[in-house]
Amino acid sequence: MQFSPPVRASLGFVGLALICLFFADIEVTTIDPWREMGRLGLGILTPDFSAVERLGDALLQTVAFAILGVAAGGILGFSLATIYHLPLVRPFCAFIRSIHEIFWALIFLQGFGLTPLTGVLAIAIPYAGIFAKVYSEILEEADAGAIAALPAGTSHLSSFFYVRLPDVRAHLKTYSFYRLECALRSSAVLGFVGLPTLGFHLETAFKQGQYSEVSALLIVFYILIATIRFWVRPKYFWLYVIAAPLAFKTSVAIDWSNVTRFFAHDIVPMPLRRAETIDFAAISATGDWLWRIMTEQAFPGIISTLVLTQIALVATGVLTLFFFPLVSQRFFGIFGRNLGHVFLVVVRSTPEYILAYILLQLWGPSMFPAVVALSLHNGAIIGHLIGRHTDELPQRADAPHGLNLYAFEVLPRVYGQFLAFLFYRWEVILRETAILGILGVATLGFYVDSAFEDIRFDVALVLILTTAMLNICVDIISRNIRARLRLTTTPDAG
Amino acid sequence: MLRKLIFTTAMCFVSLSLAHAETFVFTAIPDEDASRLRERFDKVAVYLSKQLAVDVRYVPVKSYSAAVSAFRNNQVQLAWFGGLSGVRARSLVEGSQAIAQGWEDQSFVTYFIAHVSAGVKASKSFPKSIAGKTFTFGSKGSTSGRLMPEFYIRENLKAAPNKVFSRVGFSGDHSRTIALVQSGAYQIGAVNFSVWDNEMKAGHIDKAKVSIIWKTPTYPDYQWTIRGDVAKKWGAGFTGKVTKALLGMKDPDLLASFPRKSFIPASNSDYDPIRRTGLAIGILD
Repeated sequence: MQFSPPVRASLGFVGLALICLFFADIEVTTIDPWREMGRLGLGILTPDFSAVERLGDALLQTVAFAILGVAAGGILGFSLATIYHLPLVRPFCAFIRSIHEIFWALIFLQGFGLTPLTGVLAIAIPYAGIFAKVYSEILEEADAGAIAALPAGTSHLSSFFYVRLPDVRAHLKTYSFYRLECALRSSAVLGFVGLPTLGFHLETAFKQGQYSEVSALLIVFYILIATIRFWVRPKYFWLYVIAAPLAFKTSVAIDWSNVTRFFAHDIVPMPLRRAETIDFAAISATGDWLWRIMTEQAFPGIISTLVLTQIALVATGVLTLFFFPLVSQRFFGIFGRNLGHVFLVVVRSTPEYILAYILLQLWGPSMFPAVVALSLHNGAIIGHLIGRHTDELPQRADAPHGLNLYAFEVLPRVYGQFLAFLFYRWEVILRETAILGILGVATLGFYVDSAFEDIRFDVALVLILTTAMLNICVDIISRNIRARLRLTTTPDAG
Repeated sequence: MLRKLIFTTAMCFVSLSLAHAETFVFTAIPDEDASRLRERFDKVAVYLSKQLAVDVRYVPVKSYSAAVSAFRNNQVQLAWFGGLSGVRARSLVEGSQAIAQGWEDQSFVTYFIAHVSAGVKASKSFPKSIAGKTFTFGSKGSTSGRLMPEFYIRENLKAAPNKVFSRVGFSGDHSRTIALVQSGAYQIGAVNFSVWDNEMKAGHIDKAKVSIIWKTPTYPDYQWTIRGDVAKKWGAGFTGKVTKALLGMKDPDLLASFPRKSFIPASNSDYDPIRRTGLAIGILD
């Protein structure tokens, strides 16, 4: 039988995931997960808001980190976008965004400590890389006719500010505000490594099994995200940026000697650092050192990161196919759709890191909870986008109903879009997979976290660079597949 | 709105300038439930600030390495470290000293605990039958939850933990280790004896599900460590004052919260055995 290229690609990925499944560790290791699940369920139903009052500070700081991070990342990203065509800018942006916020935070913690600067930079730097990419894509979409119509001799600066920019302004703004929502999630997650945001208290509450407090914190977080357009007025955004630093309680004083020490000493490979002179012996010892890290940590880490990523990617696809009809006019009435929306909003507003944290507590540290968390979160995001997309499809008067409508009309029409989004999220899933190591799954993040715990920042840096390279590779493969299958996507999926 | 903004800005400057009256800041490794630590060390902060007549503040951190980094970067000047984290911190900060340890820390012990389903009986000698089971340490940087148990596992079973056990985890802290073994998520775990005894007293342990199967030989553990450069900000003899205050801690409630009988003098060389063990298993360079 002859399959179309998209179907062949899908089958290839499913096959690969099945092979990975064979090597994956997907046991539920807790003997009695249901008792803890019961307690969690009860806690979720009985939120204790008294804790939240006390945590007003944490809320404010979560917002402050997000706003400052997006503002700084936006400015930097926009500047980079205008020179995106220059050599090395594109790879540079790919590099800074391939390192997860938590890894950036762990790096900055060494030099800046638990200061606000650590949190803001941890968001701003990877976001600058993302902004640069998406902004440059949006700028390219500007109406070529208008630019062609300019008189000869119009300066680049004028054509940029008077023609190109006004044309795409609205689109830039929409995307930037979408990133603000992402930044709130990132900001919350930074609490898990010690910054004073919501995640700090969420982690404590979880660890101690105070599920009513967890529930209250999560509800507040959902409300914060759901009401974002009411409390952030684009017009006043820069006022918020000016006011945001007021939320910080901790000292902002930075001891630059710590920063220089980190870059000039701590991250220099140990054999070089200890050597009296840089001679052949020192270089060969460094080679041995690097080889040991690669074989003992990087390589096993890469394998399990990829195994987990491929399984999670296909699981995301499968869940998406279940999720998108929930919010589609073609399948559900207004009541059903609203329920679907609430479900998808809750699932996609919960950062996958937090989702994985919950499931790992319940089911034990295998890949299984990680796969479930990643696919739920990403499935909800893509499901939402595809669901919205189905509402724009042309409707035939004689359209079939139910399963026939799904399988023979809607699915074939949205399948290309579906694959495009899925490949787009591939890199995102990989980034998240690596970070889940901090929670105990033996991906690259596990080894990175161990290196930080052992105060071996040189080792940590080698492993973070390995993670970044892996991300860039997957990004290139994904771009090639999308180009070959002629899949296009809107940047909103980032 | 504008008036409010000006007011908050002004308040902010006021609080910043107050903070500049050189607060003496300390931290502690997060070895058990965070709310219990917070309660304990906030009381310690009050006690120390009365004794030293300076502002003293406790900052909680999320990991052992974060405690070491904060100490190294002079964001805290004093810390309640474990054996291993203390050795690490002192090797990174020249002139820093171990000044006081708990009475119990001279001869600390790690308990190996097992879920009833593992079928391992308590014994005087190392229980070799734990090989092949699932095992959880505490935090990656813990002395009693990682360093010492790993040392004895390697010594008795002649292999690295991830070769010996079918699954190895790091629970994060001792309270979690007990909870995870009690729920059966792991069959065997290694836990700080003092946290175990405390949790037992608090009634958090179900003896029908989890029990002690082996006790390690004793080793030195927790201590208060202070930076060498505190005299610059707080005056000559400040280290002596802090030491005196810590050793003079007599409030039974405060001591019970650690839980320690009393605090006694300590020195850097008391922790040489820990340093040697760390070098032996390759956790220190």
